[in-house]
Order: sequence, then structure tokens, then C-alpha cells
Amino acid sequence: MDTLLQQLINGLTLGAVYALVALGYTMVYGIIGLINFAHGEVVMIGTMVAFTVIVALAGSGLPPLLVLSIGLAVAVVVCMALGWSLERVAYRPLRGAPRLTPLITAIGMSMVLQNVAMIIWGRNYITFPPMITKHIYSVGGATFTNVQVAIVSLAALVMMALIYLVHRTRIGMAMRATAQNPHVASLMGVDINRVIAMAFVIGSALGAVAGCMVGSYYEIAHYQMGFMLGLKAFTAAVLGGIGNLAGAMAGGLLLGVIEALGAGYIGQLTGDFLGSHYQDIFAFIVLIIVLMFRPSGLFGEREGDRA
Amino acid sequence: MNHVRIPGVLIALAASLAVIGCGKKEEPKAAAPAPVAAAPAPAAQPEIIVKIGHVAPLTGPIAHLGKDNENGARLAVDDANAQKIVIDGNVVKFELLGEDDQADPKTGTVVAQKLVDAKVAGVVGHLNSGTTIPASSIYNQAGLPQISPSATNPKYTQQGFNTAFRVMANDVQQGSVVGTYAAKDMGAKKIAIIDDRTAYGQGLADEVEKAAKANGATVVAREFTNDKAIDFKAILTKIKAKNPDVIFLGGMDAVGGPMLKQMKELGITAKFTTGDGGCSPELIKLAGPASEGVICTQAGLPVDKLPNGQKFVADFTSKYGPIQIYSPYSYDAVMVLIDAMKRANSVDPAKYLPEVGKTSYDGVTGKVEFDEKGDIKNGAITVFEIKDGKLVTLKSEGGATAAAAPMPAAAPMPAAAPMPAAAPATEEKK
Repeated sequence: MDTLLQQLINGLTLGAVYALVALGYTMVYGIIGLINFAHGEVVMIGTMVAFTVIVALAGSGLPPLLVLSIGLAVAVVVCMALGWSLERVAYRPLRGAPRLTPLITAIGMSMVLQNVAMIIWGRNYITFPPMITKHIYSVGGATFTNVQVAIVSLAALVMMALIYLVHRTRIGMAMRATAQNPHVASLMGVDINRVIAMAFVIGSALGAVAGCMVGSYYEIAHYQMGFMLGLKAFTAAVLGGIGNLAGAMAGGLLLGVIEALGAGYIGQLTGDFLGSHYQDIFAFIVLIIVLMFRPSGLFGEREGDRA
Repeated sequence: MNHVRIPGVLIALAASLAVIGCGKKEEPKAAAPAPVAAAPAPAAQPEIIVKIGHVAPLTGPIAHLGKDNENGARLAVDDANAQKIVIDGNVVKFELLGEDDQADPKTGTVVAQKLVDAKVAGVVGHLNSGTTIPASSIYNQAGLPQISPSATNPKYTQQGFNTAFRVMANDVQQGSVVGTYAAKDMGAKKIAIIDDRTAYGQGLADEVEKAAKANGATVVAREFTNDKAIDFKAILTKIKAKNPDVIFLGGMDAVGGPMLKQMKELGITAKFTTGDGGCSPELIKLAGPASEGVICTQAGLPVDKLPNGQKFVADFTSKYGPIQIYSPYSYDAVMVLIDAMKRANSVDPAKYLPEVGKTSYDGVTGKVEFDEKGDIKNGAITVFEIKDGKLVTLKSEGGATAAAAPMPAAAPMPAAAPMPAAAPATEEKK
């Protein structure tokens, strides 16, 4: 039982991070139907920027929590700028182009960002300075740290803020309108360029927050870390129904938990026929089954034709 | 729309120009060494250029180890050039062609073919067993001598290739030392084994499992991850439930670092052991205080015990910073190739290859001699413990060569060959 509880805690933390990254994919997809494959790299840049700021301020004598917050704030700002420029430089010129063209550009941007990060931060792993002293709590044989608590609660907070933004504010309304029909929205006086740029900016800000979480959770960062994380988060977004905010959150949490349980129990379930190296397969089997019965994901709405 | 199309055309033009440019540049290079080896030049002591290939992952999670290997080779090339070596009447200028295989077996073979096409005289590499083994058949077909400074999987030299050599002990030796150490010296009854599903990690983990079982320990869990993973909590939680005394990781430092931290967070108290891939200063950097008490092995002698190591250590650290693991070995690998060329008085791979097998070279890592398979004779294995953020030598053993059976390598094996520093199988604790 304590093992199960521990695996659930492991999965929940991982899932919270996946969910935040998945939101970045799903926001952009929901509005312009583009899969922004460079989003994982935006997350990575967020981690790296936060790392740089934190290291620079580590010796300044400021309280650790403040240093961490400054690092987070700078990372968010840098990533917002990055998201905006990505849209402006790589995607807006191709908005009328066939669907595959921006997809290729996205993959290209992902590689460009990886290599830029390699040039700036080097090829080595960098260790995140542990700013918060980790406290380990034990409940019923399972352990968790204060960092994990912070990650899950911060993720929940950010997601609630996002839902408020999309459903209760003017820009949120404009986003939903653009998602439904960009042409009609523009006729109604919505500046769709601005709305789409905002989607990138907000998605990137969420990515930066996720990046800081990954950094402080694993205390490790690398210029290629965004790729796998991005792929997993994309899977989570599809699992939940890409384009749907609640779906991305549910998909992320579900994927994290499935992965943890898969690695933990797949051996026992199959009598050691399949070992923990099949943990990724396990997640994808669930994905396939879900898509078989609900082709547009768990929360996905049936989608009309999209250009 | 026109203004959009024009840059596209320009880019295409530029790209094709670049391709043409590269092609042109490549041609003379490729042609260069061939006539050089054959035709004796007219001038008194003309200079010829001999290219030596080096392959290691220079990007990706273990790029730091790849760079370490390459720097070792680069230092060797610089030292050799400073000596103005004369082969067949020509002063030889060595050039290192450093390639990146991304620790990926597929890329490894592509890069290997590239080196063959570039007509290198010999290859030092690759770093990982997983890339070295597939690449070795390409070098073999081309008749190119290949010396790996760090690929420890036994299969590499068991393929019957006369071109494949390595300058450190293989995993049969290393695995039996770790497994025996865990079961005997650390007194582990229950051992959990994790590997990263690479040729290296899996091969080493298998050998450790055999040796641990042979010494009376039970393997309570065998878990798997991959060499790019950073989250190990799921498998560690599973292992925690089995309550092992010792956890062994067959994998690299980039995996071991975060794994150690997560073990601590999960409250796992088992001792952590790993092989050479995790036995680096990088592991200490990545794991921080969680690395205290880790037991790990390196194939080879500790740097401070290397017979001719002091000069190497001084030169290397002043030029490139701290040694990670295998740069002394890639240094020696290059020197062994050059030594064979000198003895054969030829830089033609076909002519000097037989001499590589007959090598008896006093390198910075000790005496380098190969057995009939291309493995080093009497390769040493050293056990380290991480104390106060430093790798401290516990003991060194001149391992038994060949021996496919999981024999306890702790058995006293008086070094038969003249291997200066391996002889005293002493135990020294600081």
C-alpha cells in the first residue's frame, strides 16, 4: 500500500509538470491548429534562464525564496519574449501556408533553440543550485518533499489563473472567439494577430514556470531536456484532447500517474514478462486505447474542418 | 508574395553553393594520405599529414565524457607532433579528426563510414560500447585499426576482428570485481540492479549479477531505465519495497547523479554502486552530497597511481581542466597507433595493423599489450569510494584476462606481466 501511495505521489508530481507544458501545446493548437514543437525548447530555455539568474544572485545574500522568485520572474519574461518572437518570425509569415509547412518550421525552430542553448550554456549537465532546503515528509511509508508540494500547488494555482483568464477576461473571450472562427472574429473587431501572439506568450510563460519546476525538482538541466519533456507533454495534450484546456491538465496528470504505475506494476501484472523498460509503452498503450474510443481525446470536442 | 519567394531561392542557392564548396574542400583531403603513404617524396624530410579519427559523443547527456576522451587524444597528437616523428623518411604531422556519434549506434556507423571515406590511418574510439560494436565492423571491412579507450562491453573484441583493440579491462573483469566487492566486502545479501538498456549498461549489469550470485547474494530486483531519463522515482520506489542492501547501476554519471538524489528523497538507505560510466567527478557534481559513500569502479588504475601519469595529469589539467575518466586511455590509444606506425615504418593501415597487435608500449596508463582478441593484457580495475566529494581509492586489482566465467576476481592474482603499478594489489584507505 505504501508503495502504491508513493507511486501515486511520484506520478502526480511528474503529471503536474506535464500538464503545465501540455497547456502550452494545447493553447496554440486550440487557436490556430498548429503543433508548436518548439515548445519543449521554450521550457528548456526557461530552466536555463532561471538557472543563470539564480546562480548570479546566489551569493548576493538575498533570501533564497526571493532569489528563486526573481529567477522565475526573469525566466517567465524571457520565455514570453521568446514565444512572441517565435510566432512573429517563424509562424506568422506561414499562416496561410499548408498545414505541414509550419509544422516543419516548428521542428526547425526546436533544433535551432537547442543549438543556441548548447552554445550559450554548454553541452554539460548543469546542476541547479538547491535554493530551498529540501524537507522530506513521510506519510504512511511514502515520502514527499516540500519541493513536490510546491510544484503541485503552484501548478494548480497557475492552471486556475489560466482558466480564469480564458473564461472571464476580454482577451480570453477574444481567444475563444478566434479559436471558433478567426475570420468571423476579425470581422467582429478582434485583432487576431494580437490574440494569437498572446496565446504564444501565455503558453511560453506557463512553459517557463514548468521549466523552473523541473529545474528545482531534479536539480539538473541540460540543453536537450526539452525534447523528451515536450514529447511527453504533447502526448498528454493529445490524451486529454488537444485544444482543450481541462483536457491538457487531466491528460498531463493521467500520463504522469500512468507512467509511475506502469513502471511500478507492469512487471507484476505480466509476471515479469514485461519489465520497467516498457513504462513508456504502457503510457502509449493507454493513449491508443483512449483514442480508439474517443478519437479526439478524453475531453476533446468534435472538431469541424480546420484549414 | 514575391518578396517571400526570393529569399527562399537565395537560401536554396546558398545551400547548394555550400554543398558544392564542401565537396570541393573534401576532395583533396580525401586524396591526400593515399599517395603519401605510397610515394616516397623527393625532398630531404618532407612533411606528410596523417589523419587519425576520434569518435565520441560530443553532444547529448554524456558530452562531457566525449570531450574528455577527445581532449586526451588531442593532447597525444600535440605531443607526437612536438616530437617530429620520422616515418619512412617523412616527418609526420598528425591530425585529429574528431567526430560526434551522439552516443547513438546509428550515428556511430554513419560517422565511422565518414572516417573511412576520409581515409584516416586509424581510429581511436568510440566511447560507448553501444556505438563501438556496430562501428567496429565498418572499420574491420576497411582494414582500419580501431582502439577504443573506453568501450568495455566484452562483445567488442569477441567478434573475431583483427582490427578491434581496447586499452582498458572489459566488463567481464569489471563486473566481477564490482559484484564480488558488493557481496563480500560490503556484505550485501540483497542486491538490486538497474541498467540503462545500452550495450554498456546492460552488459556490465549482467556480469555484476553473475558475480554477486556466485558470491552468495540474491538479486531482488532488476530494473531498467534509459540513458536519457531523469526521473527514476517509479523504479526506485519499486526497489525500495524489496529493501536491498546494495543498489548497482549499469549506466553513466548523467543517470547516476539524479538517481542518487531521488534515492535520498525516497528515503532509500541502500549503498549505491556503479561501474566506470558513473565513476567520475561529474557524478559528484550532479549528485552533490547524495554521492557520499558511493562505491564505484574504473577499468584502469587511479590517475595518481598511473606509472607515467604525473606529467599527463599536469599537462592535461593545465590545458583542458580536470580529467573525467578516460582521457588518459584515449591518450594512450593514440600513442599506441603511432607507436605501431613507427615500428612498421609506415602509415598505411594495411602495413602497420599487424604491429598494433604486437604492441608493448609503456603508456601513461601502464604497460599496453594486447591478447589475441585485442583485449588489454592484465587490465587493472580500481574500486573507489566517494568521500568528502572526492573519489578515494579503496583498492586496485590487476584483473584476470579473458575468463568469460564469472570468477571472483578478488582471488589473488599476482600480476604476471611486468605491470609496474598493478602488482601490489594493496588496500589503502585514506
